[in-house]
Amino acid sequence: MLGFGLLALSIAAAMIIGPADLGFGDVYAVVAQHVWGGQVAIAPIDDGIVWELRLPRALLAAICGAGLGICGAILQSLMRNPLADPFMLGISSGASTGAVLVVVTGIGGALTLSGGAFVGAVLAFALVLALAAVSGGGQDRVLLAGVAGTQLFSAATAIVVFSSADAQQTRGVLFWLLGSLAGAGWSQVALCGLVCAACLAVCWLQSDALDAFAFGRDAAAALGVSVRRVRAVLLATTALLTAVLVSAAGAIGFVGLVLPHAARMIVGPSHRRLLPVTAITGAIFLVWVDAAARTVFAPQELPVGVVTALVGVPIFMWILARRRRIR
Amino acid sequence: MTGTLTADSVTWSAGGRLVIDGVSLAVADGETLGLLGPNGAGKSSLLRLLAGLRRPDGGAVLLDGRPLVDHRRRAVAQRVAVVEQQVSTELDLTVEQIVRLGRIPHRGIWSGDTAADHLAVERALEQTETTAMRDRDWRTLSGGEQQRVQIARALAQEPRELLLDEPTNHLDIRHQFELLALIRALPVTAVVTLHDLTLAALFCDRLVVLDKGRVVAAGTPAEVLTAELISSVYGVAAHVSVDHTGRPAIQLLPPLPANT
Repeated sequence: MLGFGLLALSIAAAMIIGPADLGFGDVYAVVAQHVWGGQVAIAPIDDGIVWELRLPRALLAAICGAGLGICGAILQSLMRNPLADPFMLGISSGASTGAVLVVVTGIGGALTLSGGAFVGAVLAFALVLALAAVSGGGQDRVLLAGVAGTQLFSAATAIVVFSSADAQQTRGVLFWLLGSLAGAGWSQVALCGLVCAACLAVCWLQSDALDAFAFGRDAAAALGVSVRRVRAVLLATTALLTAVLVSAAGAIGFVGLVLPHAARMIVGPSHRRLLPVTAITGAIFLVWVDAAARTVFAPQELPVGVVTALVGVPIFMWILARRRRIR
Repeated sequence: MTGTLTADSVTWSAGGRLVIDGVSLAVADGETLGLLGPNGAGKSSLLRLLAGLRRPDGGAVLLDGRPLVDHRRRAVAQRVAVVEQQVSTELDLTVEQIVRLGRIPHRGIWSGDTAADHLAVERALEQTETTAMRDRDWRTLSGGEQQRVQIARALAQEPRELLLDEPTNHLDIRHQFELLALIRALPVTAVVTLHDLTLAALFCDRLVVLDKGRVVAAGTPAEVLTAELISSVYGVAAHVSVDHTGRPAIQLLPPLPANT
């Protein structure tokens, strides 16, 4: 409950931040007018800024933060690797390749951006898991395979961009690859919000099973978990969620890596509480990061992925150092 | 006596190598069965097959006369608990959190911890003398303490069949004795893989000896643990006498230097 309050407050705060001078009162008036109807004296331009730009953007940031956090938490538990997340395992870069292929070349016809991202995400994930299995399937192998997959798909994306895109497209694609919420609109908020909520529900229902993976697959099976089914369901869910989020906001790294650790420190490793808390903290985190990305170099806007990396890398290093101490 | 857990001509291969070669055995209700054999004989593999963690390539493992693969995973976990050797985790789990994992098969997703869950966890902690360390991080414990916590987790499952892979590894002598005495005293059917022949003789009702994936002897400790068997399976000479309780007492004889 506290988390929801903080999230609402963060979104409201993020909506005030920006070049147009708007206060809490203006933002509240606009939202109230749209939600409950009625007429309030608000300039159409302010109305547009709040309702068409800032609100969907803040909401999309919250949804992406929540979704990427959940994906990270699920992958870390399933892979039993504290460094797993959609970005590290190459899912994000696979989704990027798929999305870029659709955008730049226009192939696929009916295949939408999200569709391209989804196919890319699933292919990349399958490749990484296959690589990991071939190399022995250890916990460290998954990460190595992820690194290889990421490199491969980055290269594939680069080939697509350089061979087919014009300068304008290239700039847009690069900005998007680093993660950007600049294109947020209500249709994306609706799609991502629905998918994210559904995936969170699916994952939460597997909380006990995820707990059971603490000591590996055999231990999970011995605790009554249908390991193959649960893994298939959760891996497909993570791939779907990642793909949808990447197609909306590009490849935002480090949220999925770092936030589950922060949440574990707050509520411990039990997934019944860990998953909702990861979602909330991830949402709050990305709302603020996006607000920072918009304003630090205003009027220039930083890709949000750059800021998450700036914050994420030091935390990443701290996690590594902490792991070493425990051994 | 008919067994609740039986293996019927089970074969299993891994990596193109036949690990379990036509093993049949029946575990009688309530008994403590020791699985013996040299390294690589297939003890751990057989235990995993009995637990349903691996599927036999041929033959079948039966629980209550029905193939294990036909039981629901969760239903199996509600009565068969497994303690593997050398497990590890990446998470900061406390002892109590680990013991509570044992309640997962008994718990629905919508229900929280029930009184029965709570009671089972407390009892398991007590039985394994791990109550005092309940809030400690499992990874900071010694090997023997970690082992006892895993056994507590298995007991929290309230199993009828308890399968343990080398449970006495890492334990000091007192805890080896106490653990095996506890397993004997529990109202469970236990299958235990062991290296120590003396412990096997002292605490098991029956023994099954594996060598190269096959059963080479089965019966009471007195029937199984003979000098001939120890010599042929382990390649070590031994002198076996009978102690005052009628159990075999084994004295291993180190090989003599050649040409003397």
